[in-house]
Amino acid sequence: MNSLFGRGPSLRIRLVLALACSFLLAFIDHRLNALQPARLFLNSLVTPIQYLAIMPEQLLDNVAESLQSRTALQQENAELREQMLVLQGRLQRFHFLQNENSRLRELLDSEPRQESRRMVAEVIAVASDPFSHQLVINKGTLNGVYQSQPVLDSRGIIGQVVSVGTNTSRIILISDQSHAIPLRAERNDLRVLAQGIGDMQQLELMFVPHSTDLEVGDMLVSSGLGGVFPEGYPVAAVTRILRDESLPFARVYAQPVAALDRVRAVLLLWPENAGEAPIYEPNDGSDLPLLPIAEGDTATAPTPANQEGGQ
Amino acid sequence: MRWFKRGVGVLLCTYLLALIFMVMPMPGSFDAYRPDWLAIVMLYWVIALPHRVNIGTAWLLGLLADVLLGSTLGIHAAAMAIMVYFAARHFQKIRNFSLSQQMLIVLILVLLKRALVFEIEHFINNAPFVWSYFLPALTSAIIWPWLFLLLRKLRRQFGVS
Repeated sequence: MNSLFGRGPSLRIRLVLALACSFLLAFIDHRLNALQPARLFLNSLVTPIQYLAIMPEQLLDNVAESLQSRTALQQENAELREQMLVLQGRLQRFHFLQNENSRLRELLDSEPRQESRRMVAEVIAVASDPFSHQLVINKGTLNGVYQSQPVLDSRGIIGQVVSVGTNTSRIILISDQSHAIPLRAERNDLRVLAQGIGDMQQLELMFVPHSTDLEVGDMLVSSGLGGVFPEGYPVAAVTRILRDESLPFARVYAQPVAALDRVRAVLLLWPENAGEAPIYEPNDGSDLPLLPIAEGDTATAPTPANQEGGQ
Repeated sequence: MRWFKRGVGVLLCTYLLALIFMVMPMPGSFDAYRPDWLAIVMLYWVIALPHRVNIGTAWLLGLLADVLLGSTLGIHAAAMAIMVYFAARHFQKIRNFSLSQQMLIVLILVLLKRALVFEIEHFINNAPFVWSYFLPALTSAIIWPWLFLLLRKLRRQFGVS
């Protein structure tokens, strides 16, 4: 028969060992931040679990899609086509402005702004842990994703990559309590720092003096100062300002413009100064570089050199 | 070497399923009520086979949970180890309890585990307190009788001992 605890150390020693190991790991991971290579390996190791976990949902989605009626699909198609028309109209205007902008910048002898390279990724898991606002996406080092890469959705910045695996990577949202992002107010270029407070609908602006000229409704865009996020992307709008003079700073809250709790697809961004480059999968329509198709610019290899605006 | 072979597959399968259920996407309103699958599966095996499934296993699975949930490595591992320590110390008593009494034990142990995770998260990352984080303890206790009977059936069928 099995002798209980006949082999191995006693329970208490096992517990002490386990706690010591946990403490050591937490210390190395949190204080020294030295476990990134191990994280890459571990993330790749648990990737199958993540893909297995989303299988039922994907199956249901597929069934729902195949049960959709022809008319509903046609209607959706028409709507999308209309939307595309509107967007293309805006894009033409954007090209014109971009060209003008680069010409003006040339006149001023300042560096031309290059467009950053992008890739679409799908969200495959949302961390169910309320203490960490994180997403897992289906792109990893094999696609050129790197740590602390900025991530957007269709409306604005949602966060940055915290750890990468070979096929997946983990994104920390701007609403996570351990995340802060440098911003500036669009109206008057006032620089602020927005910290997550564990609430997907709210960010808190830190160290804002009482005399600061901020108003409810002010749009906050990324300032590009931290070196992580590129400049000028919308992030949040000021919703509440409490000027309690008994506190050292005003308490200012802002709501993220991106719908952080409903992200399905995200946009990975490679800023022009990034050392890494995106690696697109061949024959995958969803991963085509989202470059404006300009005259004679087929944009097969999305290097900054052949993008318009660079000249 | 013998105990290494018999029923390892069953054990691994239940661990894997628990991990999958832990991260499986659910509709927003149900998400807060998701039972702590990993904790209760672990508790069952510890009470049933304390000579095979013990603090070491709990620690490893906790570490995997840390990786899957993206928390600082070691947090869930430590909480799982402490929870399993209490279960393993009193496994003979817990075994002889009725299912309803066991439910109470599960409620307390899962609550303990969650409280530990919260406290460590609060200490390391200054996590804000959310009541809904402790709801899964309740649903875990409610689902315990079914899980217990199911896993016992599995254990007997495959002769895992």
